[in-house]
Amino acid sequence: MARKKIREYSSKSLLKQHLASLCNERLNLKMVQVQQGSLSLVELMTLPAHSWLQSTKLVVKPDMLFGKRGKNNLVLLNATVVEADQFIKERMGKSVTISGKTGPVTHFIVEPFVPHAVEYYLSVVAKRDVNTISFSSCGGMEIEELWDKVKSVDIAYGDSIDTVNLHEIVDNTIQNREYIIDFIKNVYKIFEELSFHFIEMNPFTLDQDGKPFPLDMRGEIDECASFKCGNKWMVDGDPIQFPQPFGRELFQEETFINDIDEKTGASLKLTLLNPTGRIWAMVAGGGASVIYADTVADLGYGHELGNYGEYSGDPNEEDTNKYASTMLSLATRNPDGRPRALLIGGGIANFTDVAVTFKGIIHAIKQYSDEIVRSNLHIFVRRGGPNYQSGLQHMREIGHKLQVPIKVFGPEVNMTSIVSMAIQHINTSPNIDPSTALKNHSNGNGNGNTNGNGSSNGNSPITV
Amino acid sequence: MTSAVIDQEVSSTFTPSSQGNQLPARLFSKQSQALIYNYKEAAVQRMLDFDNVSQRDTPSVAGLIHPGSDGGFYKAFFGFKELVIPVFNSVKEACQACPNADVFLNFASHRSAFGSSVKAIQEPTLRTIVIIAEGMPENEARSLISMAKKNGKVIIGPATVGGIQAGAFKIGNTAGTIDNILACKLYRSGSVGFVSKSGGLSNEMYNVLSRTTDGIYEGIAIGGDAFPGSTLTDHVTRFEKLPEVKMIVILGELGGWDEYGVVDALKRGEITKPVCAWVSGTVAKIFPTEVQFGHAGAKSGGESESAEMKNKALKEAGAIVPQSFEDFSNAISQTYNKLVAAGHVKPVEEPTPPELPLDFKTAVKAGKVRKPTSIISTICDDRGEELTYAGVPISTICDEQYCVGDVIGLLWFKRRLPEYASKFIEMCLKLVADHGPCVSGAHNTIVAARAGKDLVSSLVSGLLTIGPRFGGAIDDSARCFKDAHDRKLSAEQFVEGMKQKGKRIPGIGHLIKSADDIDKRVLLLKDYAKKHFSSSSYLEYALEVEKYTLQKANNLILNVDGCIGVLFLDLLHSCGLFKKEEIEEIVNVGYLNGFFIVGRSIGLIGHALDQKRMKQPLYRHPWEDVLYDTTPADY
Repeated sequence: MARKKIREYSSKSLLKQHLASLCNERLNLKMVQVQQGSLSLVELMTLPAHSWLQSTKLVVKPDMLFGKRGKNNLVLLNATVVEADQFIKERMGKSVTISGKTGPVTHFIVEPFVPHAVEYYLSVVAKRDVNTISFSSCGGMEIEELWDKVKSVDIAYGDSIDTVNLHEIVDNTIQNREYIIDFIKNVYKIFEELSFHFIEMNPFTLDQDGKPFPLDMRGEIDECASFKCGNKWMVDGDPIQFPQPFGRELFQEETFINDIDEKTGASLKLTLLNPTGRIWAMVAGGGASVIYADTVADLGYGHELGNYGEYSGDPNEEDTNKYASTMLSLATRNPDGRPRALLIGGGIANFTDVAVTFKGIIHAIKQYSDEIVRSNLHIFVRRGGPNYQSGLQHMREIGHKLQVPIKVFGPEVNMTSIVSMAIQHINTSPNIDPSTALKNHSNGNGNGNTNGNGSSNGNSPITV
Repeated sequence: MTSAVIDQEVSSTFTPSSQGNQLPARLFSKQSQALIYNYKEAAVQRMLDFDNVSQRDTPSVAGLIHPGSDGGFYKAFFGFKELVIPVFNSVKEACQACPNADVFLNFASHRSAFGSSVKAIQEPTLRTIVIIAEGMPENEARSLISMAKKNGKVIIGPATVGGIQAGAFKIGNTAGTIDNILACKLYRSGSVGFVSKSGGLSNEMYNVLSRTTDGIYEGIAIGGDAFPGSTLTDHVTRFEKLPEVKMIVILGELGGWDEYGVVDALKRGEITKPVCAWVSGTVAKIFPTEVQFGHAGAKSGGESESAEMKNKALKEAGAIVPQSFEDFSNAISQTYNKLVAAGHVKPVEEPTPPELPLDFKTAVKAGKVRKPTSIISTICDDRGEELTYAGVPISTICDEQYCVGDVIGLLWFKRRLPEYASKFIEMCLKLVADHGPCVSGAHNTIVAARAGKDLVSSLVSGLLTIGPRFGGAIDDSARCFKDAHDRKLSAEQFVEGMKQKGKRIPGIGHLIKSADDIDKRVLLLKDYAKKHFSSSSYLEYALEVEKYTLQKANNLILNVDGCIGVLFLDLLHSCGLFKKEEIEEIVNVGYLNGFFIVGRSIGLIGHALDQKRMKQPLYRHPWEDVLYDTTPADY
């Protein structure tokens, strides 16, 4: 939960709806969203609400949280509905690369084409002590080059918009000056009421009725405020969607962990980076998890890092078990014989009960013991905190009992020391034959433990 | 149609410090006390345990606030002694009663932390407000920041574990368990000022600092949100002003611009003490897309928010920045050794912290103690996933449609009774469920209900009449008849023997029913037993006795208590589930009156509800129904 970017369609829907309800201002905003696997534009235009599509020229843009759409030839202007439909169908589901990020285009926004002479820039940004409103009469694609023409004013957080003089940023050369100032005030009101963190219209113009018309709009809202504003965040009658950043489709496992995360007071996060990676990390703590990932990358093995993940806030045994099972399922999915490693890391917990969370992990290790052996996976544990001694002890015991290679350490070694051990394992341990690994294992020759790491007695960490 | 505007703009106008006016340098002392809102038991005890090993004279917890409570007191250990901590209903009350407490520790959830924190900010006696909740809306955090600024208060958090001043004051769960506090020597003051976003990593760093330096003077976790109530820069500035702090260690994180506040302060020469810093999140560059890390404020985004840029800026401003987190402890150690070599750090006194008794629950968990239990229970277990009656899970009881008689079998006799026996129990319950409003139990219940007493009082008022004269003769009759039957006394010997001892035979005789006006209930019971029981020798014996007593008077019949009593003897003997000694025990312990008590409770509850439904007024017995025969006492 944090700040979330929302689609242009959602931003404009919220703006239209709440300008009307909160400010009694009705804009001539019309738009439809065309999604992959849903009604096409020509199908949508037969609905009474969208009949305007047939009587006006249209603009079509992908609505995927990326900018620079004009520069990448992804915008169609002044088109008929048939042309627009054709344009969308040619591009829907096709991969594009924007600023180095690649992914399929799945959402388009279609709006009336508004011929215009002026392009204004408007943004509102939430900062620690103030909200900053920025305005320029030179909006548009070149705004970054023309940034010195942008004028800004800060409003102390909690103060009314009426305490600042917007005439300073909207000067007397602007046509309809007072009306635009009113519009800015209204947008600011929406910004505050709906817990926006960021709104940008680049550009907006005045339509044939002289009313403000945002040609493009971006928004970010603070998802933490959902318990206060959730009922206002409605788009077409449904709760607003928070799409993933462009180029990032959620794996099934990530969705699964997301769902658990939303139901618990604890925190469970999973981001898959490289499904065929050979170093996997299940780390306790928002801060520690970043440092483990840093260390893998610092030591030159970022390309082998399978995931970023984190569990914290004293999750119960069941949730920890689900999390650990998901991790083990991912880490053991490609038994190609090469050695791989799972880091069960963490700092010294303040209040998370290590014994309880480890119970959930141990249960998962039992469930996946065959897969662990078959995929040549070694597990490296480092943890401290309440009841860590018994948690670590149980972890050692399960390693012995199942003959699963687990090395276990407590606060006596540096937090990240297991990272270099894991790297040494994936570099120097012999490959195995996954088809016979289990057989050898059950014959009791301890195949999983023969790489000289001294198994799980918890002494002599390897330092690099 | 462009982006990256936020980055360009904000990085040029970030605010380096939360307050225009700086925070007071000294927030805590060995005398500091806290009020804890929505207290967590473990956190309270951990604070008090820390107090003990730090040899504080006064506990650091002054009072607890539990809105909606009736006040009262909460018990916790202060060393070996038990301490009674007052519980208050509101922030205001607590502040009035505990004017010395200046730290407000708020454990309220992310939904309610704002309201309670606002109240705390308005209290003149409170100065530092710590907010633990994760997920507070940013606008609420910003409101609190602005209020705190106006009122001269300090906020730590939200989304934090708090902080600690070694040997003086510990916030909530900071630094975890007591063994960690001892291992990291947090019971005595060191010379490092430490600040980070992450609570978990703070604790890790206390461990690192205890090995590489003389330990921390103070450590603060500001919380992982985008807008923490006090910033890294705020606390670094405080550490600069505290003479006990000789060096400053900062653990930053990607996302946000807070670290640049420290950069600016370094550049302006406002920080003169050595600063070791590391900003985590260098990994973000290898991620193909934007990633939200564990902390809300930790988002890979614009370049100036990246770990690399912040590390670079800190280094250029004069901080000691290692190559990686793994080198951080070396960098710290070298910096500290230089300070020692230059004579800036005096060797720290090493007090011996007092022994702390092991907490009982912890000791049990660790398998270190044993203690005899105070209570044994053998019928029901509520500890597992599912409740069990005599080992049978309640789902089985429902799925297999156990009847109430079966449940009584499990909970009273600890076994599954055969169907005919369970049915017999149910039949007894049904037959004794009520016997009209005039019997003593129902009468009492009615009088109590009409006196405005609640359901349970009315019920109990009726139940308390059950005894040797009313409904409570089942056990006694079973005992008497069993004794006589087993000693093979003839009916005459038995009756006359009792008469000689001047005892009535329990289970014989009825106020109203007689041989001419047969009690239908007794008939039904006898019929059932004849049909289903394989033996009825006790019943037959009782009927012999009845024959004999009826010669004496027409109402000396085997009554319903007596009938149930002897039929149970037959049931217990003939069903084959009970040993002889078990039957003795059942009769001696007195199981059987239980049937009357359970059964009649149904009727008594009915009477109480009936009176309440009809809104009957207070019952007063009429004068004319009482014979007043009073003679004046001599006076």
